[in-house]
Amino acid sequence: MARKRTVDGNTAVADIAYRVNDVCAIFPITPSSPMAELADQWSAEGRTNLWGTIPVVQEMQAEGGAAGAVHGSLQGGALTTTFTASQGLLLMIPNMFKIAGELTPCVFHVAARSVATQALSIFGDHSDVMAARATGFALLGAASVQEAQDLALVAQAAALEARVPFIHFMDGFRTSHELNTVEPLPNATLRAMVDDDLVRAHRRRALSPERPVVRGTAHNPDTFFQAREAANPYYLATPGIVQRAMDRLAALTGRRYGLFRYNGHPDAERVAVVIGSAADTLRATAAHLNERGERVGVVQVLLFRPWSAADFLAALPASACRIAVLDRTKEPGAPAEPLCLDVARTLGEAVARGDRRQLPLIVGGRYGLSSKEFDPAMAKAVFDHLATQNPHSGFTVGIVDDVCHTSLPVNTAFDIEPPGIHRALFFGLGADGTVGANKNSVKILAEDPDRHAQGYFVYDSHKSGAETISHLRFGNAPIGAPYLLKSADFIGVHKFDFLEKRDVLAAAGPGAVVLINAPYDAGSVWDRLPRPAQRQIVERNLRLFVIDASGLAQCLGLGPRVNTILQACFFAISGVLPREEGIRRIRRSIEETYGDKGKAILDMNFAAVEAAVAQLHEVKVPTAVSSTQELQVFVPKDAPEQLKRIAALQFAGRGDEIPVSAMPPDGSFFGATTQYEKRNVAFAVPVWKPDLCIQCGQCSVVCPHSVIRAKAYDAALLESAPPGFPSAPVNARGYPDKRFTLQIAVEDCTGCGICIDHCPARNPLEPGVKAINFAERLPLVEAGRRQLAFFESLPEHRREQVDLHLSRGLQFIQPLFEFSGACAGCGETPYLKLLSQLFGDRLQIANATGCSSIYSGNLPSLPWRAGPDGRGPAWSNSLFEDNAEFGLGMRLAIDQQTVIARELMRMLAERIGPKLAGEILTAPQRTDSEIALQRGRVDALRRVLGDPADAPARDLLAVAEYLLRRSLWIVGGDGWAYDIGAGGLDHVLAQDRDVNILVLDTEVYSNTGGQASKATPLAATAKFAAAGKRTPRKDLAPQAIAYGYVYVAQVALGGGAEQTIQALRDAEAYDGPSLVLAYSHCIAHGFDLRDGIKQQHRAVASGYWPLFRYDPRLRKSDMNPFRLDSTRPRLPLEEFAYRELRYRVLAQTRPDEARALLGQAQAAVDERYRLYEDMAARDGTRFHPYWQDPAVTQEKIAKESIR
Amino acid sequence: MNLQTTYLGLPLAHPVIASASPLSATFDGIRRLEDAGAAAIVTASIYEEEVAADTAAREAFGTAGADSNPEVTSYRPPHTGSPGALAAHLELIRRAAASISVPLIASLNGVTREGWTGIATELQAAGAAAIELDLFHLPFDPNESSAEVERRLADTAHAVCAAVRIPVAVKLFPYLTAPAHLAAALEAAGARGLVLFNRYIEPDIDLEGLNFRPTLDLSTPAEIRLPLMWIAMLAGRTPLCLAGGRGVAGPDEVVKYLLAGADVVQTASALLRHGAEYIGRLVEGLTEWIEARGASSAAEIRGRMRANRFAEPESLFRAHYRQMLLLGHPAQPGPEHPT
Repeated sequence: MARKRTVDGNTAVADIAYRVNDVCAIFPITPSSPMAELADQWSAEGRTNLWGTIPVVQEMQAEGGAAGAVHGSLQGGALTTTFTASQGLLLMIPNMFKIAGELTPCVFHVAARSVATQALSIFGDHSDVMAARATGFALLGAASVQEAQDLALVAQAAALEARVPFIHFMDGFRTSHELNTVEPLPNATLRAMVDDDLVRAHRRRALSPERPVVRGTAHNPDTFFQAREAANPYYLATPGIVQRAMDRLAALTGRRYGLFRYNGHPDAERVAVVIGSAADTLRATAAHLNERGERVGVVQVLLFRPWSAADFLAALPASACRIAVLDRTKEPGAPAEPLCLDVARTLGEAVARGDRRQLPLIVGGRYGLSSKEFDPAMAKAVFDHLATQNPHSGFTVGIVDDVCHTSLPVNTAFDIEPPGIHRALFFGLGADGTVGANKNSVKILAEDPDRHAQGYFVYDSHKSGAETISHLRFGNAPIGAPYLLKSADFIGVHKFDFLEKRDVLAAAGPGAVVLINAPYDAGSVWDRLPRPAQRQIVERNLRLFVIDASGLAQCLGLGPRVNTILQACFFAISGVLPREEGIRRIRRSIEETYGDKGKAILDMNFAAVEAAVAQLHEVKVPTAVSSTQELQVFVPKDAPEQLKRIAALQFAGRGDEIPVSAMPPDGSFFGATTQYEKRNVAFAVPVWKPDLCIQCGQCSVVCPHSVIRAKAYDAALLESAPPGFPSAPVNARGYPDKRFTLQIAVEDCTGCGICIDHCPARNPLEPGVKAINFAERLPLVEAGRRQLAFFESLPEHRREQVDLHLSRGLQFIQPLFEFSGACAGCGETPYLKLLSQLFGDRLQIANATGCSSIYSGNLPSLPWRAGPDGRGPAWSNSLFEDNAEFGLGMRLAIDQQTVIARELMRMLAERIGPKLAGEILTAPQRTDSEIALQRGRVDALRRVLGDPADAPARDLLAVAEYLLRRSLWIVGGDGWAYDIGAGGLDHVLAQDRDVNILVLDTEVYSNTGGQASKATPLAATAKFAAAGKRTPRKDLAPQAIAYGYVYVAQVALGGGAEQTIQALRDAEAYDGPSLVLAYSHCIAHGFDLRDGIKQQHRAVASGYWPLFRYDPRLRKSDMNPFRLDSTRPRLPLEEFAYRELRYRVLAQTRPDEARALLGQAQAAVDERYRLYEDMAARDGTRFHPYWQDPAVTQEKIAKESIR
Repeated sequence: MNLQTTYLGLPLAHPVIASASPLSATFDGIRRLEDAGAAAIVTASIYEEEVAADTAAREAFGTAGADSNPEVTSYRPPHTGSPGALAAHLELIRRAAASISVPLIASLNGVTREGWTGIATELQAAGAAAIELDLFHLPFDPNESSAEVERRLADTAHAVCAAVRIPVAVKLFPYLTAPAHLAAALEAAGARGLVLFNRYIEPDIDLEGLNFRPTLDLSTPAEIRLPLMWIAMLAGRTPLCLAGGRGVAGPDEVVKYLLAGADVVQTASALLRHGAEYIGRLVEGLTEWIEARGASSAAEIRGRMRANRFAEPESLFRAHYRQMLLLGHPAQPGPEHPT
């Protein structure tokens, strides 16, 4: 048996790419990021490539930049690669045309992913690589982890010889993230495959003053065309070169590849053609069908470009008379998808030229978009479709298309999983370590020389606390089953609530073993199980085991991480290994994993194993179902239709059943779905003590998940309150009959504890007791549900009733952003909640891709919602790189339609009434009261116009909403604002438009796992800055201030909520571009986020994050527009920084450098503060004069009226 | 002037050594202390709880958010070769021991038996010349007798001494029922020296927040008296080396400790107040005092005021107290008694 290891596709590919390149220029993008991160890690560790040097890994500001750097590096003669996907690949396309046009060998490794269209998707299909097929890059697609590894090498070897650059791609997630057992390639094989002479030839072609040439010239019509054709011989030679490289690899490894791979009946009548991982599924299905007398086959396309017609024809049996070409992409409006067109053209020409006797019927279909499952039942559906009387093109498989009826019927009961494979399914919670434990189990079991393993992991849409499903297979032969488990021998339910939400035992095979983590013992758990679970257990004769792993983990100090306990249980009862051997393996694995982490941690995990074994009990299963409890119904009967048809099914884990007709074709969804989720993820939640509370609103303002709300209401309303509903007298003068309640949404709380930590009201005689305190959630759920329902029935406060400048007032305003799927304790979301409270009923948001776009808009969890009047934030995400421009475009549209509305107002002034028209046209709309008045006037206008028949009035009604000032916010993280979108941000700031930009600055790319951005501070570590960031973070504020007319504020909730509120209000009120930089602590900073607000306070107190507001309006009265809102640094930077592991790890690994860097960072902090202090101390004349000069404004108004 | 002394079997140029403090927490700090003339340097303590907390925090950083959504496998940046605070401390010891010429004594503050012995072994392997066990123990358990407390301390010392080859000093806290007995037990356990005393962090109560507020002020000369008394009591009666380690404000305190019988004098507060270079002033002051009295070596003054040189040593300090109250006359040493 050859040496083997179990890795995912990303690791397998990166391992090859790293060893055969000098330079990696990258930009992180899911699902390719791990390839770049691994390269960076290996480089940091000093791992060398094939030629003994350590490759350099350069993170760029965008994929466009990465491609530019790759191009430059290649022109410089270095072997260069990059890793990317989706939009990233699209941003590289201009450079790819150049790289290919100049015949520059290199390989781009792509984890193929959907391109954003009606929605973004991080999951896998071929729409990105297909969009790049015109660039001149060769396209080589892998179907499995083993293939991805091997073809990465083939691509490199062939590129060097052919001088044609390659995209080597695998299916995003399905292959890039699948763990599978592969035979690795040793350096000797790489050396044998990569010809050093070709490497030298590549280096010789580099630009060099020693042998100067001019490249990248411009051509006129006289030469461009001919020059473009001059490269043809290279493309003609490429297929042969690739095949020879594959043959060399076969000689070295025994694994044989071809440009096209045919498997199936030698005289197949029906053949499917496909690229990528679906080939394995089709092959296995074809084999199964052939054994049963059918004649079917599969052609897997490995080399898609350059297309070799001859090789395709050679691979396709002459007997094939019906062909289904499966494309994992969609090209709307095309006669067929790309692969189908190529196949059709190839066969058409072959028949026309007489090279082939008969033209088969060729139909094209789509499958697997965005990692949609493609399993043997679907593969069979394709073959079955070919056998029908009139197979149609443009079919889909894997969905229910009840609109255009493209979808093929699928017999879901069809299953071809071979015997001898042990299958295990685990339902876990993101934070509980289930996925990590399962990855570990895969590796433990695959250690055996004759055992192969596969692991694939599915997540829901939350950033944190997601429900995860792990699909594991173990067997004695290589496992090529790139689809989810339908039937399992073992099912682990790592959170009891899952049983109440979905039929998790539906996939249990007969007699399967079920392990449930439950807060109940073996004697009582049966009665707690809902009816569907009991039914499955009884009917399928399942063995049921129970353990209170969560309770044990709490006792053992493991917090929410139940991984070791449940992993030990799996090894003890699954039967994959003998029980004792299983326990021995897991103990050894713990030693390996935690051996260097100190005895305490080691002991804790050993204790977890022992406790697991001791407290794991088999349940005596009754013979009959007794429960009457059905699965949870997520949405009420009177919920909007869209919610019932989409989100309700998704919450129940049945999203795949949603038919096409349910989906809005333009991608518009009503929000407010998160209120139905009731995730119950916290172990403990805050409980309010009315007698201690000072009603300050601080807990409410800092709560990242909007689970703490306050209302003041007439005491009489309490008469219908549920028992135990807490309330207190309003502690402000003048409201003797009002009561106050602070309501906690128990089931929506994530248990982050930020509110408790921040609460300033303590019991003066009981240390540690505050006005809100933690208590275990479970006993609070029932009462909490009733109390929340009553609380929601209490009347909402009107905006004009409260002081919107203060937390104390704002706590009474309903957040229109609630219960997002952001990480527990997120530092970003409180700012968005504030926006929704301050401007929610007229708020429009352009949101850059990143954490904020995911927790804001990842179906089905939509936290943005409308208020009681039906108005609320309108939100959209365009891309990562273009958000400022996207927002500016929105502003242009708003402004232009405002102009149209005002023109129509003037035209119809007599009809409307000169007074109302005049008031509407001249109304100031800067303060809340002014806006409330204007809203009333616009409503009056609508009433006056009624239902008119004439065009002008109808036109006015169509745009009347723009007479009310729209609050336009451009929101994104530092990755967008400082890096990929910096050019657009700068340009938008340079316009005189009323846009408000909110940068949620976590100082790293939080969404993709903490990669360094230009906001990453000096001396902190991050991915791609593992040795500590060596340059100071970009100080964006002075750049914006330099324009003179941009409102700029730097805020941190922990530095003072009122300053934040004031800055957001100022920015919004300012009639020009505004930029608010908001400090946002993040899980990537490496500290307990419960301390988040305190840590923000330290950031401010140390001078690291000074608070200020630059308000150009102050120039109207010749004042200094720059106000420094925080005090001089009164805490050494170290006191702030070394509370975070992102800084501290460097002090441990490189103490001298860390000290030097921290010294520099302290100097930078001091100097920056001095700069701000200087600015704050200047007199007004030292600044740009007020830009909205009355004369200029007059001219603008005059122009408007001429129009 | 010959100021040479021997401490824990280590020959030192003079008796002033830098005790564990933030100054000896970094490589540069240790180098600075050597440059300033410290005869030996005790490193800042490694606390077992801190090592454990650091490990736990790093573990949490590695696992927080890991594999919890499809875009992130972990938020922790790669920092290879960084197993944590202990490794960083050991690396500090390794580098410092290799680059300084005076002995480097590693201070250790453990909690568990494995912690004490395990870390001590690693400190030895890293190149420490000796180990100073900071036996910080709060005997708050009403079921634990004073004898049991002392036995546990001696057992800890024994375990560490058995685990390492290098000499071990024990830094004691002052509130003990029978320090002299404990000294003998520690000696039997294999300790080579005693450091008197460590200082409790005696937290204050924050009346606003109803919290305990940790406070650790720099020591004052008044604090010398308790260790001074016990050094005077123990000197000449125990074969253990004695280090005076509290209340050193200037050369006077150095002289006093030596007179009482200390082999070395440790100081942190004076150096934190005046900078590492103040060691020079302490040595200079000691030299001046000796010279002024016509002596030519530190050995000549060491132990001149130790208790057993007095006629009634056992009642000395009580008598001293009585006399102060009644007569205002301090006791005078009598002829030296054989020890």
